[in-house]
Formats: sequence, C-alpha cells, structure tokens
Amino acid sequence: MGLSPAPASFFNFLKYPFSHFHIFHIQRIINMDLLRFITCGSVDDGKSTLIGRLLYDSDSVSLDVLAMLEKRRAGGDVDLALLTDGLKAEREQGITIDVAHKYFTTPRRKFIITDAPGHVQYTRNMVTGASNADLAIVLVDARQGIIEQTRRHTLLASLVGIRHFVLAVNKMDLVGYEESIFRQIVADYQLIAGRLHLPEVVAIPLSALQGDNVVRPSRHLPWYTGPSLLDHLERVPAEADANPHEPRFQVQYVIRPQTEELPDYRAYAGRIQSGRYRAGERVRILPSGLETVLEAIEVNQQEVATAEAPQSVVLRLRDDVDVSRGDSIVPLSAPPALTRELEATLCWMDERPLKAGRKLLIQHHAAVVKAAVTTLVDRTNVATFERVAADEAQLNDIVRVRLKTARPLVADTYRDNRATGAFILVEEQTGATLAAGLITATDPEAFAAPAENALAFSI
Amino acid sequence: MDYLDRLEAEAIHILREVAGQFERPALLFSGGKDSIALTRLAEKAFRPGKFPFPLVHIDTGHNFQEILDFRDELAAELGEKLLVRKVEDTIRERGLREPGGKYPSRNPLQTYTLLDVIEEFGFDACIGGARRDEEKARAKERIFSVRDEFGQWDPRRQRPELWNIYNGRIQKGENVRVFPISNWTELDVWNYIQRENISLPAIYFSHERECVVLPSGQLLGLSEHLNLDDTDEIVSRRVRFRTVGDSTCTAAVESDAATIDDIIQDLLLAKVSERGATRLDDNFSETGMEDRKRNGYF
Repeated sequence: MGLSPAPASFFNFLKYPFSHFHIFHIQRIINMDLLRFITCGSVDDGKSTLIGRLLYDSDSVSLDVLAMLEKRRAGGDVDLALLTDGLKAEREQGITIDVAHKYFTTPRRKFIITDAPGHVQYTRNMVTGASNADLAIVLVDARQGIIEQTRRHTLLASLVGIRHFVLAVNKMDLVGYEESIFRQIVADYQLIAGRLHLPEVVAIPLSALQGDNVVRPSRHLPWYTGPSLLDHLERVPAEADANPHEPRFQVQYVIRPQTEELPDYRAYAGRIQSGRYRAGERVRILPSGLETVLEAIEVNQQEVATAEAPQSVVLRLRDDVDVSRGDSIVPLSAPPALTRELEATLCWMDERPLKAGRKLLIQHHAAVVKAAVTTLVDRTNVATFERVAADEAQLNDIVRVRLKTARPLVADTYRDNRATGAFILVEEQTGATLAAGLITATDPEAFAAPAENALAFSI
Repeated sequence: MDYLDRLEAEAIHILREVAGQFERPALLFSGGKDSIALTRLAEKAFRPGKFPFPLVHIDTGHNFQEILDFRDELAAELGEKLLVRKVEDTIRERGLREPGGKYPSRNPLQTYTLLDVIEEFGFDACIGGARRDEEKARAKERIFSVRDEFGQWDPRRQRPELWNIYNGRIQKGENVRVFPISNWTELDVWNYIQRENISLPAIYFSHERECVVLPSGQLLGLSEHLNLDDTDEIVSRRVRFRTVGDSTCTAAVESDAATIDDIIQDLLLAKVSERGATRLDDNFSETGMEDRKRNGYF
C-alpha cells in the first residue's frame, strides 16, 4: 500500500494532515478497476471493526466522522465498528443487522465493501451481499477457530460463485500472536476449502483492533512474511468479467416514441447479460422462437457495431416481430435452454418453511412466471456439507429443488452463466422475496436423483 | 468499460427496471447535482422516447432562486413534465407549525408534502438521487427500498436484494423508493458531470456571497428566511455549495473552485464529508437520517 511518504513537494502536512490522495491524477481514478468484497464470519469475530480499521488506516474516514467517533469513545479506544453499523439498533446492540456498503479508493484500486451481518438470523442479508462480491474475507476469531458460521458463510459465498477467499484470522493479539494457533486454523480451514473446491484461499493473521497486518505489516507477527490484508486486496486480480459466456440479452423496456418524427420507431432496451452482440447478426426471440436480424445496436442514441456485457443498450430488429419485456434476444448458435422444468439450489429466506407443492413466482430478471416447487431433492447439512433428505426447507436452509413453471423460461445453469442462471422466488400476494435460486439443471434428464447423504458438494 | 461506464450501465439498468415494473413512477428532482445527473441517465435509458415518469420537485419555499430557475430551464430543455408541490401549501392544508428558531428548516416538513404528492398521483415508485456514501443510514438501504403505506422505511425488514435482480412487487398502498446511483460516490458524480459535460446551477461554483458565520464555523448563505439578530456575524466570502438543499440548513464551503476540474481537485483534498461539511440537520442527531427515513423521508 502506498503509505510510504509521497514526494514532499506534494504534501502540505499542516493543511492536509491525512491526505495522500492528491498525488494521483484524476484520470487514473476513472480508469481504475474495482473490487467488490464482502466480510463474513460469525458475530463478534470483528468484521465491522476490520472494515473500520481498513478505512481508518487507509485515511478514508473524513474528519467530521472521526469527530463523531471521538465523541463516542467514552474514555476507551475509538470504536471502529461504528463506521459501518449505521442503524440505531445496531449501535445499541453492538451487532450488525444488515449489509452496509462502504466505498474507498487507494492509489491502486477502487473498492466497494459489503459488511455482512454474522448472526445466523440475518444470513439472508449476508447472501444479499455475497451475490455481488468478487472476494470474500472470512473472519475467524483466533481464540475460537473454525465454527459453524465459518462453514455456513464459506459455503454460501462459494455457492454464489465467489472465487477469491481470504481467511482472516483475527484477534491474534489475544492469543499472544502465536504462530501455531494460526497454523492450526489454516489447516482446519483447508479441509473446508478442499471440500468446497474453493479456487483460491489466502490466509492472513491479523488484529483489526490493534491494526496489525490490516493495512500495515506488524512487528508482532515476525513469522508471517505474506502481504497485509490491504496489500492483498490491492493485488488480487479483479474478476475479468469481460464475459466469456454466450451472448444473452433480455428486454427490460420497449421504446416507442410514436412521435411525428419517429412514428414507427420501436426498439428494445436492456442490458447485455453476457457475451458480445454484433449489428447485422441473425438472432432469435425467445420464448417465441421467431428469427430475425439485429438491425442496429444503439448506445446513447448512437449506433455502434458491437456491444458487450454489462453494457446497457438498445437493440433494433429488422422485422416487426412481437417482442415484450422479459423476452430474450439471442444469437442462433449456442442458445439457452427453453424449459418449464428446472432443478435449482435455493437459499431459503422466509420464516415460513418451504414444502413441496408450494406455488410462487420466479423472477428471472425481467421475466416473471408462476411456478410450483414439485420436489425437495435434498438439503445441505452446513456442519458436514453432506446432502441429506429433507421434506421442508427452513429459514436459511440450502436445499435443492425441482420447479415447474407456467410458461417456458429462457435459462442457463448458474455454472455456465451467473446472469441467466440466477433467479429469485417471490410470494405472489405480498411480494416478499423468499429465496435466492441458482439453476443446476435445465434438462430433466440431468436432474439429480434424491441423494442418500451424498458427500461431494458442488453446485 | 471503465469504472464510470459500469456505474452508468448499472444506473440505466435500474431506471429501466422502474419503467418495466411500475405503472406510475416519478423522479424526485431536487435541482441538485445528483438529480441532474439522474436526468442525464434517464435520457440515456429512454431516448428517443419520453421519460416514462414526470419530474417531481418538492419545493420547500426556502430554495435558492438559481436552483428554481435552473429546474424550470432543464425541464423545458428536456421536454419532460415537471410537477411542483410546495411545502408552504402543505403547512397550510395540514395546519402544520412553521419551524422556528434562527435557522428555520422546512427540511423535515418535506416528508409530508412528499407523502401527499405520492397519494395525489398514486405514485408506486419514486426515483431518488441518494447515494450510499452520503450517510450511514443510507449505506444500509437497498436500491429498491419498499416503504409501507405511510412511506416508512423499516430497516430491520428489508427485502434481500440478490444479484441485479430487483423485486418491485408491492401491495396496494405501498411504494418503492429507487436509488439508481446508490453505488456512486460524490467524486464519481463529479467525474460523470465532467465527462458528460452536464451543466449545473451556478451556485455549485465559487462566487462571492454574504454569509452568516455559525457557531460551528460553517457558513450559511444570507437569506430572508433566517431570523438573525445583532449577535450574528455577517461576512462576505468566496464560497460554493457542495450540496443543494433548503437554504436554511445547507451550508456553503469556502472555495475558489470555478470549474468542474477545480471542484474535483477540491474533493480529492477534502477531508470533511459532503454532509458533514454542509448539512446542519444531520448534525443535530446521530440518527437524524435514519429517523427521517423511518418516517417517510426521501
């Protein structure tokens, strides 16, 4: 991290005692890449304190907010968790209830931090944060080691497709900065990482409270030669989501000005979900199956030859075919599945348990269809990662189900495509979001047999 | 795509979800830079069509005249419908008490006018320019934030918001507040304004202004709405406004920044947050924003 002093000519310590930002040019900020990460782990493992420390030690906290912290320190240390625990109830109880988003920039990168709650009760908020993250920091209290929440959060983060993991062994100050304790926790976590096939885990010993190894390396940890947390966060490759997948586009809104100048203009506004589109290529409308030519791609009313995910664009078609919100426009090669039967992994988020036979809505981005859960295939035991038979899903359970839809859905598996393989389940009457869904199979031939305590876990 | 392109694509996506999911949306337009940026994003989302929503301005009656003029010009230039509802009328119709004190702020009263206009037109979604980096309660709010029929936010019962799938399904009487630039920072907005060459009201740039010096040291632009007395110190300073709200509770900052470039340089050096520097109302209470949101505020 660039905390080494900047050239003196840039500094005016008296006027800007904290600043090191002005040493980089604005153009560099715009061109910087972005890393979104989530902090997870159990309650009291120190997630909010860690984020507070990251912000504090990287000079990302403004003076007025610091003054507010000072006011509340009541003689003791500054409570860094107050930087993210933004709700009254959170400050009163000293816990995190819902996801907080924080934004900071170092000379190397822009970051969006999602601070997720640790309580089992608020797991759905943790999944909310994880669904948009590139990296997960899994915090473990050095005194306690791996506990069930460590396993649960690692499982959920891997389930939604996070590839980069940091095992942050926190509170090293409370175990005398003892290397053997760190090594043991790392060894225990490797079993989890192996079972879940985590692509990358970097383990870092630290103390969020004392600031050891969060931004700056620590003299208390001479046996540790790896990067500090921020060092690692600045260097980990950001997800190259220049999307390698097949082209997918779903219509959000039909633009029809119907004015004197543009009486017949009709175009389809939406966001390219994956891949790249080229003006002039043949495309198919799904679910109708009609074929036409992609006449033009417009961005800000200018025609462009190609566009790629995740751009928001407008597509015009050569033929006057029937297309409405929720329909997909895809190239002829490598089409998605068009199916009324799905198998999916659900993170169940409602207090009322899910039972087979339940009718609800699938919201698959702009497409909303009625559906029924026909079968509960199995539930994942969070402690062992085994799949076990289940006849209902309770709040925060991870289950595999089969669904039948009233109209065909244009879908891919989540493994193939994070955009078109994801959906939510919604209660028709109240509109409540009931579950996060990840499609595991779109072809009944590929559906899993209800497993008898099968072992290996994969989505 | 660079970082701003990504933020822009996300915001356009959100605006189009509003258009696709709701029958009677509205864009809450304050005349400030964030809502001005929103209108540019709406142009990118819906042109050559019209906006599928009117611009709605809740006028506290304490606005800077420059802002009101700019508002009217922008709406005319865009060719979009502008609805204005005045807090003054709400005070009269509902028999509310005018705020007192030296710096009487009608900011909290805007909530009533907002709820009335939502009811008057049956708006089911209200788009706002709030950002998560502004304030700690806002940092907690979803992009699609469901409010009950009294407009209240219940932070403990927020819907999970997964991936970029936005669930705007509501029951009768409820409405949704939508924040397309949730993930933008103050600096991102300025970078966007610069890149897109967006015009702004003149008060965002350095100018000479008569100000009252507040006990906190903050500078409040002199206006007829303040109840000053002999003890108040009036000074003339080079200032600009970092945010634009009710003139009685939005402080100016001393600055020589005359161009957007200058402002961006100012911001890179700034060590005080946007709201901390300029808002009097947040400093009254640590939970000011959360409390107001729970009661139906923007």
